[in-house]
Amino acid sequence: MKKLIICILALFVIKNITAQDKFFTKSGRISFDATSPKSPENIEGVNKTVTCVLDTKTGNLQMAVLMKAFEFDRALMQEHFNENYVESNKFPKTEFRGALVDGSVVNYSKDGVYPVKVKGKLTMHGQTKEVEAEGKLTVKAGKIQVQSVFSEQLADYGITIPQLVADKVAKTAKITVDCLLDPLK
Amino acid sequence: MRKNTLLLICLLGLSTTQIIAQETDLLKLVGEDKPQKEYVKYAFKSPRVINGHSMEFLAPGTLDFRILHRFGLVSQGFDNLFGLDQASMRMGVDFGLRRNLMFGFGRSTFKKELDGYVKYAPLQQSIGEGSFPVTIALVGGMTMNTLPWADPTIKNYFSSRLAYYFQTIIGRKISEGFTVQLSPTLVHNNLVALQTQPNDIYAVGFGGRAKVSNRVALTWDYFYVVNGIEKGINYHPLSVGVDIETGGHVFQLHVSNATGMNERAFITETTNSWSKGELRFGFNLSRVFQIAKNKKLTP
Repeated sequence: MKKLIICILALFVIKNITAQDKFFTKSGRISFDATSPKSPENIEGVNKTVTCVLDTKTGNLQMAVLMKAFEFDRALMQEHFNENYVESNKFPKTEFRGALVDGSVVNYSKDGVYPVKVKGKLTMHGQTKEVEAEGKLTVKAGKIQVQSVFSEQLADYGITIPQLVADKVAKTAKITVDCLLDPLK
Repeated sequence: MRKNTLLLICLLGLSTTQIIAQETDLLKLVGEDKPQKEYVKYAFKSPRVINGHSMEFLAPGTLDFRILHRFGLVSQGFDNLFGLDQASMRMGVDFGLRRNLMFGFGRSTFKKELDGYVKYAPLQQSIGEGSFPVTIALVGGMTMNTLPWADPTIKNYFSSRLAYYFQTIIGRKISEGFTVQLSPTLVHNNLVALQTQPNDIYAVGFGGRAKVSNRVALTWDYFYVVNGIEKGINYHPLSVGVDIETGGHVFQLHVSNATGMNERAFITETTNSWSKGELRFGFNLSRVFQIAKNKKLTP
Protein backbone atom coordinates (compact mmCIF):
# COMPACT_ATOMS: atom_id res chain seq x y z
CA MET A 1 0.00 0.00 0.00
CA LYS A 2 2.81 2.35 0.96
CA LYS A 3 4.48 1.59 -2.34
CA LEU A 4 1.33 2.48 -4.19
CA ILE A 5 1.05 5.82 -2.46
CA ILE A 6 4.64 6.59 -3.29
CA CYS A 7 4.01 5.56 -6.87
CA ILE A 8 0.97 7.81 -7.14
CA LEU A 9 2.87 10.67 -5.57
CA ALA A 10 5.71 10.07 -8.00
CA LEU A 11 3.19 10.11 -10.80
CA PHE A 12 1.99 13.51 -9.68
CA VAL A 13 5.53 14.77 -9.61
CA ILE A 14 6.16 13.41 -13.11
CA LYS A 15 2.97 15.04 -14.35
CA ASN A 16 4.06 18.29 -12.82
CA ILE A 17 7.42 18.08 -14.52
CA THR A 18 5.85 17.35 -17.88
CA ALA A 19 3.62 20.40 -17.44
CA GLN A 20 6.69 22.49 -16.71
CA ASP A 21 8.08 21.41 -20.05
CA LYS A 22 5.68 23.68 -21.85
CA PHE A 23 5.93 27.42 -22.10
CA PHE A 24 3.38 29.78 -23.58
CA THR A 25 2.12 33.32 -24.05
CA LYS A 26 -1.03 34.93 -25.34
CA SER A 27 0.49 38.35 -25.70
CA GLY A 28 3.35 37.71 -28.08
CA ARG A 29 4.32 40.27 -30.65
CA ILE A 30 4.57 39.85 -34.41
CA SER A 31 5.14 42.75 -36.76
CA PHE A 32 5.54 42.86 -40.50
CA ASP A 33 7.00 45.35 -42.90
CA ALA A 34 5.99 45.38 -46.55
CA THR A 35 7.39 48.80 -47.36
CA SER A 36 8.94 49.05 -50.81
CA PRO A 37 11.35 51.80 -51.88
CA LYS A 38 8.46 53.47 -53.74
CA SER A 39 5.91 53.22 -50.93
CA PRO A 40 4.54 56.66 -50.06
CA GLU A 41 4.28 55.62 -46.42
CA ASN A 42 5.60 52.80 -44.26
CA ILE A 43 3.52 49.68 -44.63
CA GLU A 44 3.87 48.18 -41.19
CA GLY A 45 1.50 46.36 -38.92
CA VAL A 46 1.93 45.05 -35.42
CA ASN A 47 0.04 42.36 -33.53
CA LYS A 48 0.41 42.15 -29.76
CA THR A 49 -1.94 39.25 -29.10
CA VAL A 50 -0.01 36.35 -30.57
CA THR A 51 -0.46 32.95 -28.95
CA CYS A 52 2.76 30.94 -28.86
CA VAL A 53 3.42 27.57 -27.22
CA LEU A 54 6.78 25.81 -26.96
CA ASP A 55 7.23 22.27 -25.75
CA THR A 56 10.81 22.16 -24.53
CA LYS A 57 10.77 18.37 -24.33
CA THR A 58 9.96 17.77 -27.98
CA GLY A 59 10.99 21.13 -29.40
CA ASN A 60 7.53 21.61 -30.89
CA LEU A 61 6.63 25.24 -31.46
CA GLN A 62 3.19 26.49 -32.44
CA MET A 63 1.77 29.95 -32.96
CA ALA A 64 -1.66 31.42 -33.68
CA VAL A 65 -2.13 34.94 -34.96
CA LEU A 66 -5.49 36.68 -35.21
CA MET A 67 -5.23 38.73 -38.40
CA LYS A 68 -7.78 41.35 -37.31
CA ALA A 69 -5.58 42.22 -34.34
CA PHE A 70 -2.90 43.78 -36.54
CA GLU A 71 -2.69 47.49 -35.83
CA PHE A 72 -1.52 50.17 -38.23
CA ASP A 73 -0.71 53.85 -38.04
CA ARG A 74 -3.38 54.52 -40.62
CA ALA A 75 -6.95 53.30 -40.32
CA LEU A 76 -7.24 53.08 -44.09
CA MET A 77 -4.21 50.81 -44.31
CA GLN A 78 -5.77 48.61 -41.66
CA GLU A 79 -8.95 48.48 -43.73
CA HIS A 80 -7.08 47.58 -46.90
CA PHE A 81 -5.03 44.95 -45.06
CA ASN A 82 -8.15 43.24 -43.71
CA GLU A 83 -10.46 43.76 -46.67
CA ASN A 84 -8.27 43.54 -49.74
CA TYR A 85 -5.08 41.70 -48.91
CA VAL A 86 -5.37 39.05 -46.17
CA GLU A 87 -9.21 38.93 -46.24
CA SER A 88 -9.38 38.45 -42.51
CA ASN A 89 -13.09 37.65 -42.45
CA LYS A 90 -12.51 34.66 -44.70
CA PHE A 91 -9.17 33.67 -43.14
CA PRO A 92 -9.21 34.97 -39.57
CA LYS A 93 -6.19 33.08 -38.29
CA THR A 94 -2.62 32.48 -39.35
CA GLU A 95 -1.02 29.43 -37.76
CA PHE A 96 2.46 28.06 -37.53
CA ARG A 97 3.04 24.45 -36.50
CA GLY A 98 6.61 23.33 -36.40
CA ALA A 99 9.57 22.36 -34.29
CA LEU A 100 13.11 23.34 -33.45
CA VAL A 101 15.51 21.67 -35.85
CA ASP A 102 18.31 21.41 -33.32
CA GLY A 103 16.42 21.46 -30.05
CA SER A 104 19.16 19.60 -28.22
CA VAL A 105 21.51 22.60 -28.26
CA VAL A 106 19.23 24.48 -25.89
CA ASN A 107 19.75 23.93 -22.20
CA TYR A 108 16.51 25.14 -20.70
CA SER A 109 17.80 24.85 -17.17
CA LYS A 110 20.60 27.29 -17.84
CA ASP A 111 20.17 30.99 -18.59
CA GLY A 112 21.60 32.01 -21.94
CA VAL A 113 21.01 32.88 -25.57
CA TYR A 114 20.72 29.96 -27.96
CA PRO A 115 20.65 30.38 -31.75
CA VAL A 116 18.05 28.01 -33.18
CA LYS A 117 16.43 27.01 -36.43
CA VAL A 118 12.71 26.38 -36.71
CA LYS A 119 11.01 24.38 -39.41
CA GLY A 120 7.33 23.83 -39.96
CA LYS A 121 4.11 24.65 -41.73
CA LEU A 122 2.81 28.21 -41.98
CA THR A 123 -0.86 28.56 -42.87
CA MET A 124 -1.92 32.03 -43.94
CA HIS A 125 -4.70 33.30 -46.22
CA GLY A 126 -5.86 29.70 -46.62
CA GLN A 127 -2.53 28.49 -48.03
CA THR A 128 -0.01 26.30 -46.28
CA LYS A 129 3.70 26.41 -46.96
CA GLU A 130 6.78 24.77 -45.46
CA VAL A 131 8.93 27.45 -43.90
CA GLU A 132 12.26 27.56 -42.21
CA ALA A 133 13.52 30.43 -40.11
CA GLU A 134 16.48 31.23 -37.95
CA GLY A 135 16.08 32.85 -34.62
CA LYS A 136 17.16 32.69 -31.05
CA LEU A 137 15.84 31.44 -27.75
CA THR A 138 16.76 33.37 -24.65
CA VAL A 139 16.37 31.48 -21.39
CA LYS A 140 16.25 33.83 -18.46
CA ALA A 141 14.81 33.54 -14.97
CA GLY A 142 12.50 30.66 -15.82
CA LYS A 143 11.11 32.35 -18.93
CA ILE A 144 11.89 31.79 -22.59
CA GLN A 145 12.01 34.52 -25.18
CA VAL A 146 11.46 33.43 -28.78
CA GLN A 147 12.78 35.84 -31.41
CA SER A 148 13.10 35.58 -35.15
CA VAL A 149 13.21 37.71 -38.27
CA PHE A 150 12.37 36.11 -41.59
CA SER A 151 10.82 36.99 -44.92
CA GLU A 152 7.92 35.52 -46.84
CA GLN A 153 6.72 36.10 -50.39
CA LEU A 154 3.13 37.38 -50.36
CA ALA A 155 2.39 35.63 -53.66
CA ASP A 156 3.17 32.25 -52.06
CA TYR A 157 0.08 32.70 -49.91
CA GLY A 158 -2.17 33.92 -52.70
CA ILE A 159 -2.04 37.53 -51.49
CA THR A 160 -2.14 39.59 -54.65
CA ILE A 161 -1.12 43.20 -55.11
CA PRO A 162 -3.14 45.05 -57.76
CA GLN A 163 -1.27 46.37 -60.77
CA LEU A 164 -2.02 49.97 -59.83
CA VAL A 165 -0.04 49.82 -56.60
CA ALA A 166 2.34 47.03 -57.66
CA ASP A 167 5.48 49.05 -56.99
CA LYS A 168 4.14 50.67 -53.82
CA VAL A 169 3.83 47.47 -51.82
CA ALA A 170 6.79 45.13 -51.35
CA LYS A 171 6.35 41.62 -52.73
CA THR A 172 8.11 40.22 -49.70
CA ALA A 173 7.10 40.93 -46.14
CA LYS A 174 9.71 41.03 -43.41
CA ILE A 175 8.25 39.37 -40.34
CA THR A 176 9.58 39.94 -36.85
CA VAL A 177 8.57 37.61 -34.03
CA ASP A 178 9.09 38.41 -30.38
CA CYS A 179 7.31 36.27 -27.78
CA LEU A 180 8.14 36.01 -24.10
CA LEU A 181 6.92 32.66 -22.82
CA ASP A 182 5.93 31.82 -19.29
CA PRO A 183 5.83 28.26 -17.93
CA LEU A 184 2.49 26.60 -18.59
CA LYS A 185 1.00 25.35 -15.35
CA MET B 1 -1.14 -5.88 -4.32
CA ARG B 2 -1.59 -7.21 -7.83
CA LYS B 3 -4.78 -5.25 -8.08
CA ASN B 4 -2.97 -2.12 -7.04
CA THR B 5 -0.24 -2.63 -9.61
CA LEU B 6 -2.89 -3.02 -12.26
CA LEU B 7 -4.47 0.22 -11.16
CA LEU B 8 -1.11 1.91 -11.28
CA ILE B 9 -0.43 0.69 -14.80
CA CYS B 10 -3.83 1.93 -15.84
CA LEU B 11 -3.14 5.32 -14.33
CA LEU B 12 0.25 5.53 -15.96
CA GLY B 13 -1.21 4.56 -19.28
CA LEU B 14 -3.86 7.22 -18.95
CA SER B 15 -1.43 9.96 -18.12
CA THR B 16 0.93 9.12 -21.00
CA THR B 17 -1.86 9.12 -23.57
CA GLN B 18 -2.82 12.51 -22.26
CA ILE B 19 0.70 13.80 -22.78
CA ILE B 20 0.84 12.45 -26.33
CA ALA B 21 -2.48 14.04 -27.18
CA GLN B 22 -1.26 17.36 -25.87
CA GLU B 23 1.86 17.30 -27.97
CA THR B 24 0.03 17.12 -31.28
CA ASP B 25 -1.85 20.36 -30.68
CA LEU B 26 -0.11 22.69 -28.30
CA LEU B 27 -2.42 25.56 -29.18
CA LYS B 28 -5.45 23.67 -27.86
CA LEU B 29 -3.55 23.27 -24.61
CA VAL B 30 -3.68 26.97 -23.80
CA GLY B 31 -7.34 27.11 -24.69
CA GLU B 32 -9.27 28.84 -27.38
CA ASP B 33 -10.09 32.44 -26.64
CA LYS B 34 -13.72 33.11 -25.97
CA PRO B 35 -15.29 34.77 -29.01
CA GLN B 36 -15.16 38.41 -28.09
CA LYS B 37 -17.67 41.01 -29.12
CA GLU B 38 -16.52 42.50 -32.37
CA TYR B 39 -18.15 45.29 -34.35
CA VAL B 40 -18.85 44.57 -37.98
CA LYS B 41 -16.76 46.90 -40.10
CA TYR B 42 -16.58 47.86 -43.75
CA ALA B 43 -20.27 47.50 -44.60
CA PHE B 44 -19.68 50.23 -47.19
CA LYS B 45 -16.49 51.62 -48.67
CA SER B 46 -17.53 55.10 -47.68
CA PRO B 47 -19.81 56.84 -45.18
CA ARG B 48 -22.16 57.65 -48.07
CA VAL B 49 -24.03 55.08 -50.15
CA ILE B 50 -24.13 57.49 -53.12
CA ASN B 51 -26.15 60.51 -52.00
CA GLY B 52 -27.51 59.31 -48.68
CA HIS B 53 -25.61 58.51 -45.51
CA SER B 54 -24.53 54.91 -45.08
CA MET B 55 -24.37 52.79 -41.91
CA GLU B 56 -20.57 52.99 -42.15
CA PHE B 57 -18.54 55.37 -40.00
CA LEU B 58 -15.18 56.93 -40.67
CA ALA B 59 -12.45 55.51 -38.44
CA PRO B 60 -11.68 57.73 -35.45
CA GLY B 61 -8.97 60.22 -36.25
CA THR B 62 -9.54 60.30 -40.00
CA LEU B 63 -10.66 63.07 -42.29
CA ASP B 64 -12.48 62.32 -45.51
CA PHE B 65 -12.16 65.01 -48.17
CA ARG B 66 -14.96 64.60 -50.66
CA ILE B 67 -15.49 66.19 -54.05
CA LEU B 68 -18.85 65.46 -55.64
CA HIS B 69 -19.90 66.24 -59.22
CA ARG B 70 -23.30 65.96 -60.84
CA PHE B 71 -23.34 66.57 -64.56
CA GLY B 72 -26.03 67.70 -66.97
CA LEU B 73 -28.58 65.43 -68.61
CA VAL B 74 -27.12 62.63 -70.70
CA SER B 75 -29.91 63.32 -73.22
CA GLN B 76 -28.22 66.60 -74.20
CA GLY B 77 -26.16 64.48 -76.51
CA PHE B 78 -22.77 64.92 -78.01
CA ASP B 79 -22.95 68.74 -78.27
CA ASN B 80 -22.74 68.94 -74.50
CA LEU B 81 -20.72 65.74 -74.22
CA PHE B 82 -23.71 63.93 -72.72
CA GLY B 83 -24.07 66.48 -69.98
CA LEU B 84 -20.43 66.64 -68.96
CA ASP B 85 -20.21 70.29 -70.08
CA GLN B 86 -22.26 71.31 -67.10
CA ALA B 87 -21.39 70.38 -63.57
CA SER B 88 -22.83 71.05 -60.19
CA MET B 89 -20.53 70.25 -57.34
CA ARG B 90 -20.16 69.91 -53.61
CA MET B 91 -16.94 69.99 -51.66
CA GLY B 92 -16.93 68.72 -48.14
CA VAL B 93 -15.02 67.28 -45.26
CA ASP B 94 -16.09 64.59 -42.83
CA PHE B 95 -14.39 63.69 -39.59
CA GLY B 96 -14.42 60.45 -37.62
CA LEU B 97 -14.45 61.08 -33.89
CA ARG B 98 -15.37 57.75 -32.38
CA ARG B 99 -16.19 54.30 -33.62
CA ASN B 100 -19.82 55.41 -33.72
CA LEU B 101 -19.65 59.19 -34.03
CA MET B 102 -18.78 61.43 -36.95
CA PHE B 103 -19.67 64.80 -38.38
CA GLY B 104 -19.11 66.73 -41.55
CA PHE B 105 -19.93 69.81 -43.56
CA GLY B 106 -19.79 70.96 -47.13
CA ARG B 107 -20.89 73.49 -49.65
CA SER B 108 -22.77 72.92 -52.86
CA THR B 109 -22.75 75.19 -55.89
CA PHE B 110 -26.51 74.60 -56.25
CA LYS B 111 -28.15 77.45 -54.27
CA LYS B 112 -24.67 78.13 -52.80
CA GLU B 113 -25.89 75.90 -50.03
CA LEU B 114 -23.96 75.02 -46.90
CA ASP B 115 -24.75 71.81 -45.08
CA GLY B 116 -23.59 70.09 -41.95
CA TYR B 117 -24.55 67.01 -39.99
CA VAL B 118 -23.74 64.82 -37.03
CA LYS B 119 -24.10 61.04 -37.27
CA TYR B 120 -24.20 58.82 -34.21
CA ALA B 121 -24.89 55.11 -33.81
CA PRO B 122 -26.31 54.07 -30.43
CA LEU B 123 -26.19 50.44 -31.60
CA GLN B 124 -23.82 48.82 -34.05
CA GLN B 125 -23.93 45.48 -35.77
CA SER B 126 -21.61 43.09 -33.99
CA ILE B 127 -20.68 39.44 -33.65
CA GLY B 128 -19.51 37.39 -30.69
CA GLU B 129 -20.78 37.69 -27.15
CA GLY B 130 -23.62 40.21 -26.76
CA SER B 131 -23.88 40.67 -30.50
CA PHE B 132 -26.45 42.84 -32.25
CA PRO B 133 -27.81 42.09 -35.74
CA VAL B 134 -28.06 45.60 -37.19
CA THR B 135 -26.56 49.05 -36.96
CA ILE B 136 -28.91 51.81 -35.94
CA ALA B 137 -27.53 55.23 -36.71
CA LEU B 138 -29.10 58.64 -36.19
CA VAL B 139 -28.32 61.63 -38.36
CA GLY B 140 -29.23 65.23 -37.67
CA GLY B 141 -28.37 67.81 -40.30
CA MET B 142 -28.98 71.33 -41.37
CA THR B 143 -28.68 73.20 -44.67
CA MET B 144 -28.41 76.89 -45.36
CA ASN B 145 -29.09 78.59 -48.66
CA THR B 146 -26.70 81.55 -49.10
CA LEU B 147 -28.03 82.95 -52.38
CA PRO B 148 -28.96 86.65 -52.37
CA TRP B 149 -32.65 87.14 -51.52
CA ALA B 150 -34.90 86.58 -54.50
CA ASP B 151 -36.89 89.67 -53.61
CA PRO B 152 -34.91 92.10 -51.45
CA THR B 153 -37.78 94.61 -51.35
CA ILE B 154 -39.81 92.50 -48.93
CA LYS B 155 -38.91 91.63 -45.35
CA ASN B 156 -36.77 88.50 -45.45
CA TYR B 157 -36.03 86.31 -42.45
CA PHE B 158 -32.73 84.56 -41.89
CA SER B 159 -34.62 81.44 -40.83
CA SER B 160 -36.00 81.17 -44.36
CA ARG B 161 -32.57 80.11 -45.51
CA LEU B 162 -32.55 77.09 -43.26
CA ALA B 163 -33.77 73.53 -43.58
CA TYR B 164 -33.26 70.56 -41.29
CA TYR B 165 -33.23 66.83 -41.70
CA PHE B 166 -33.38 63.91 -39.34
CA GLN B 167 -32.67 60.37 -40.34
CA THR B 168 -32.52 56.92 -38.80
CA ILE B 169 -30.41 54.37 -40.61
CA ILE B 170 -31.08 50.70 -39.98
CA GLY B 171 -28.50 48.68 -41.82
CA ARG B 172 -27.03 45.23 -41.91
CA LYS B 173 -23.99 43.79 -43.58
CA ILE B 174 -25.65 40.51 -44.46
CA SER B 175 -22.57 38.85 -45.86
CA GLU B 176 -19.04 39.83 -46.73
CA GLY B 177 -20.23 41.14 -50.08
CA PHE B 178 -23.78 42.28 -49.45
CA THR B 179 -25.13 45.15 -47.35
CA VAL B 180 -28.60 46.67 -47.19
CA GLN B 181 -30.04 49.56 -45.25
CA LEU B 182 -33.30 51.38 -44.70
CA SER B 183 -33.38 55.04 -43.75
CA PRO B 184 -36.59 56.81 -42.74
CA THR B 185 -36.01 60.53 -43.12
CA LEU B 186 -37.76 63.77 -42.26
CA VAL B 187 -36.80 66.95 -44.09
CA HIS B 188 -38.14 70.22 -42.76
CA ASN B 189 -37.98 73.30 -44.98
CA ASN B 190 -38.56 76.56 -43.17
CA LEU B 191 -39.62 78.12 -46.42
CA VAL B 192 -41.06 76.37 -49.45
CA ALA B 193 -41.34 77.75 -52.97
CA LEU B 194 -45.01 76.96 -53.55
CA GLN B 195 -47.96 77.19 -51.24
CA THR B 196 -48.99 73.65 -52.15
CA GLN B 197 -45.73 72.20 -50.92
CA PRO B 198 -45.55 70.85 -47.38
CA ASN B 199 -42.81 72.05 -45.03
CA ASP B 200 -42.31 68.58 -43.61
CA ILE B 201 -41.41 65.94 -46.12
CA TYR B 202 -41.11 62.29 -45.18
CA ALA B 203 -39.04 59.85 -47.17
CA VAL B 204 -37.65 56.35 -46.81
CA GLY B 205 -34.26 55.48 -48.23
CA PHE B 206 -33.33 52.04 -49.56
CA GLY B 207 -29.60 51.70 -50.03
CA GLY B 208 -27.25 48.83 -50.57
CA ARG B 209 -24.01 47.47 -51.81
CA ALA B 210 -23.02 44.28 -53.61
CA LYS B 211 -19.31 43.62 -53.90
CA VAL B 212 -18.06 42.53 -57.28
CA SER B 213 -14.48 42.09 -56.12
CA ASN B 214 -12.40 43.24 -53.18
CA ARG B 215 -12.06 46.69 -54.70
CA VAL B 216 -15.19 47.12 -56.81
CA ALA B 217 -18.80 47.19 -55.66
CA LEU B 218 -22.23 47.99 -57.10
CA THR B 219 -24.30 50.45 -55.09
CA TRP B 220 -27.85 51.69 -55.22
CA ASP B 221 -29.51 54.50 -53.35
CA TYR B 222 -33.24 55.13 -53.68
CA PHE B 223 -35.46 57.44 -51.65
CA TYR B 224 -39.19 56.94 -51.72
CA VAL B 225 -40.67 60.35 -50.96
CA VAL B 226 -43.90 59.76 -49.05
CA ASN B 227 -45.49 63.20 -49.36
CA GLY B 228 -44.78 66.32 -51.36
CA ILE B 229 -44.34 64.66 -54.73
CA GLU B 230 -46.12 66.72 -57.34
CA LYS B 231 -46.58 65.06 -60.68
CA GLY B 232 -44.46 66.69 -63.33
CA ILE B 233 -42.48 68.72 -60.79
CA ASN B 234 -40.45 66.42 -58.60
CA TYR B 235 -39.61 62.74 -58.42
CA HIS B 236 -38.16 60.04 -56.18
CA PRO B 237 -34.37 60.13 -56.42
CA LEU B 238 -32.70 56.93 -57.59
CA SER B 239 -28.98 56.53 -58.09
CA VAL B 240 -27.15 53.43 -59.24
CA GLY B 241 -23.41 53.30 -59.22
CA VAL B 242 -20.08 51.58 -58.90
CA ASP B 243 -17.58 52.08 -56.08
CA ILE B 244 -13.99 51.70 -57.16
CA GLU B 245 -11.20 51.68 -54.64
CA THR B 246 -7.73 52.62 -55.82
CA GLY B 247 -5.24 52.77 -52.97
CA GLY B 248 -6.05 55.96 -51.10
CA HIS B 249 -9.10 57.01 -53.13
CA VAL B 250 -12.63 55.78 -53.47
CA PHE B 251 -14.40 56.72 -56.69
CA GLN B 252 -18.16 56.45 -56.66
CA LEU B 253 -19.36 56.67 -60.26
CA HIS B 254 -23.07 56.68 -60.83
CA VAL B 255 -26.12 57.46 -62.89
CA SER B 256 -28.93 59.35 -61.21
CA ASN B 257 -31.96 61.55 -61.74
CA ALA B 258 -30.94 63.74 -58.78
CA THR B 259 -28.64 66.74 -58.82
CA GLY B 260 -28.79 67.59 -55.14
CA MET B 261 -25.89 66.59 -52.96
CA ASN B 262 -27.41 67.16 -49.55
CA GLU B 263 -30.52 65.56 -48.08
CA ARG B 264 -32.76 68.61 -48.52
CA ALA B 265 -31.77 69.03 -52.14
CA PHE B 266 -31.98 65.47 -53.40
CA ILE B 267 -35.09 64.47 -51.44
CA THR B 268 -37.20 67.56 -52.11
CA GLU B 269 -35.72 68.95 -55.32
CA THR B 270 -35.19 66.08 -57.72
CA THR B 271 -36.85 67.42 -60.83
CA ASN B 272 -35.87 64.74 -63.33
CA SER B 273 -37.40 61.38 -63.95
CA TRP B 274 -35.92 57.99 -64.83
CA SER B 275 -39.05 57.08 -66.76
CA LYS B 276 -38.49 60.07 -69.07
CA GLY B 277 -34.86 59.08 -69.48
CA GLU B 278 -33.64 62.20 -67.72
CA LEU B 279 -30.42 60.84 -66.32
CA ARG B 280 -27.11 62.31 -65.33
CA PHE B 281 -23.65 61.05 -64.73
CA GLY B 282 -22.04 61.90 -61.46
CA PHE B 283 -19.15 60.95 -59.29
CA ASN B 284 -18.02 61.23 -55.70
CA LEU B 285 -14.33 61.28 -55.06
CA SER B 286 -13.23 60.48 -51.54
CA ARG B 287 -9.75 60.75 -50.11
CA VAL B 288 -9.15 59.73 -46.50
CA PHE B 289 -6.37 61.28 -44.43
CA GLN B 290 -5.17 60.14 -41.04
CA ILE B 291 -5.07 63.22 -38.82
CA ALA B 292 -4.90 61.67 -35.37
CA LYS B 293 -3.44 58.45 -34.04
CA ASN B 294 -5.24 55.34 -35.19
CA LYS B 295 -6.97 53.54 -32.37
CA LYS B 296 -7.67 49.87 -32.17
CA LEU B 297 -10.92 49.00 -33.87
CA THR B 298 -12.09 46.29 -31.53
CA PRO B 299 -13.12 47.33 -28.00
